Amino acid sequence: MQSLSNRKKVLEQKPMNFWERIYLPAIFKGLSITIKHFFKRIPTVRYPEVKRPYSKNFRGQHSLKRDEQGRERCTACGLCALSCPAEAITMISAERKQGEEHLYREEKYAAVYEINMLRCIFCGLCEEACPKEAIYLDGPHVTADYLRKDFIYGKDKLVEPRFDLVNEVETTA
Amino acid sequence: MELAFVIEKFVLVTAVFVISLVIAMYSTLAERKVAGFMQDRFGPDRAGPFGILQPLCDGGKFFFKEEIIPAGAHKPLFIIGPTIAIITACIGSAVIPWGQALTIGDRIVELQVADINVGVLYMFGVVALGVYGIMLGGWASNNKFSLMGAVRAASQSISYELALGLSLIALLMVTQSLSLKEIVAQQSGFVNWNIWVQPVGFLIFLVCAFAECNRVPFDLPECETELIGGYNVEYSSMKLGLYMFAEYINMFVSSALMSALYFGGYNFPFMYDLGLSQNWITIIGVIVFFAKIFAFIFFFMWIRWTLPRFRYDQLMNLGWKMLIPLAIANIVLTGVITIIKDTFF
Repeated sequence: MQSLSNRKKVLEQKPMNFWERIYLPAIFKGLSITIKHFFKRIPTVRYPEVKRPYSKNFRGQHSLKRDEQGRERCTACGLCALSCPAEAITMISAERKQGEEHLYREEKYAAVYEINMLRCIFCGLCEEACPKEAIYLDGPHVTADYLRKDFIYGKDKLVEPRFDLVNEVETTA
Repeated sequence: MELAFVIEKFVLVTAVFVISLVIAMYSTLAERKVAGFMQDRFGPDRAGPFGILQPLCDGGKFFFKEEIIPAGAHKPLFIIGPTIAIITACIGSAVIPWGQALTIGDRIVELQVADINVGVLYMFGVVALGVYGIMLGGWASNNKFSLMGAVRAASQSISYELALGLSLIALLMVTQSLSLKEIVAQQSGFVNWNIWVQPVGFLIFLVCAFAECNRVPFDLPECETELIGGYNVEYSSMKLGLYMFAEYINMFVSSALMSALYFGGYNFPFMYDLGLSQNWITIIGVIVFFAKIFAFIFFFMWIRWTLPRFRYDQLMNLGWKMLIPLAIANIVLTGVITIIKDTFF
């Protein structure tokens, strides 16, 4: 039958000639290829010791940001949770009390802020939705764990450490 | 028999035994390293620097694994199988001349465990025995895959032993001796190496050695993809380890045999022109011999990571229809050339 597409290729199997039948030339060709690879530079990155730089727009683990005075920027407006296509974010808001101005920038803050890392698809829509520039996906990889409950990250893991501008060190409080 | 002789032989046997075991051990690491480098990656490199502790880890793991003897297996033969495999692998190295004589004090120490005048024949017999280990193990497992592997091993061994023997006959016609010590001693210097007079014979011997060691491209007895491991499917723990060890020791011994028969063994170019004392020549000779062996072991691995496995009918075709006629032609040609040389020159 005539081929309509003209892409049909008829392969014909010729009987092997003498040199093909004694295998040796083909074997030497193969050997020369493998020995070339033997001396090639190996592209492996030895991971735990050497880490490859991430691209600039890599999206890793979320961090909740602080402002210049070390106060949490998040005002618990819920826009990130609303924008999240995977519904990974949940939070409980609370009102800032007297004397807590050094902890929270806005009058309302997130008392509980949880991201389920198993649901999160790291799309970055939460950081786009945030009006307070409080959440960024600028962390490392989310590490593996054994239990599902341990993948729900609370504020203890998400809020970035306070940075002491005077001594230029990270502090915990 | 004097005491010094016994001590001398005992030390030599122990040294040869330990060296072949250590080389077999590190061949496993070298194999994985070579495989890695040929596939553009590093081999195992986590256990110690460059992974040099890897064989110890693997060996240790073998000892701690549970040892299973299947319910339907023939228990005595199941145990005898790997035993024969490792014993035949180890005793092959007895006739290999590792170097010339060392003079210690007023004693002359031959660096060869046993200089028997039928050394080549002995090697041949040991190699033929080796297949019993695989056969018995494969049959005793009471498993169709291991039986297939064992049957393949037996028929492959028989087919290629013929060509191996025939290629050796041509060599023996040249050397006029069956003693390995004498064959090596004849090849002093560089131009006297047997490879220059028997290139075709060497090629046949090399191919058959690959087949006898069950190495790729002749690893049909244990092809992982078809027979899920072949004759050693049912083996676990150190019994499996012994089979693997036997394979690597076989590789080492056949490398040694090839270097001794065709590449001058401990002989190296200009060995008597450097003005060294006999002891130094012996020591350098041993080192050279091992360098040749390692080169062959590397070649074994190089082939393994280059060629695919033969199909079974291709294997038989190559053995019976190509190598045996070629070996016979080689014998005839050698005979004719010898007669011409004797009558006219």
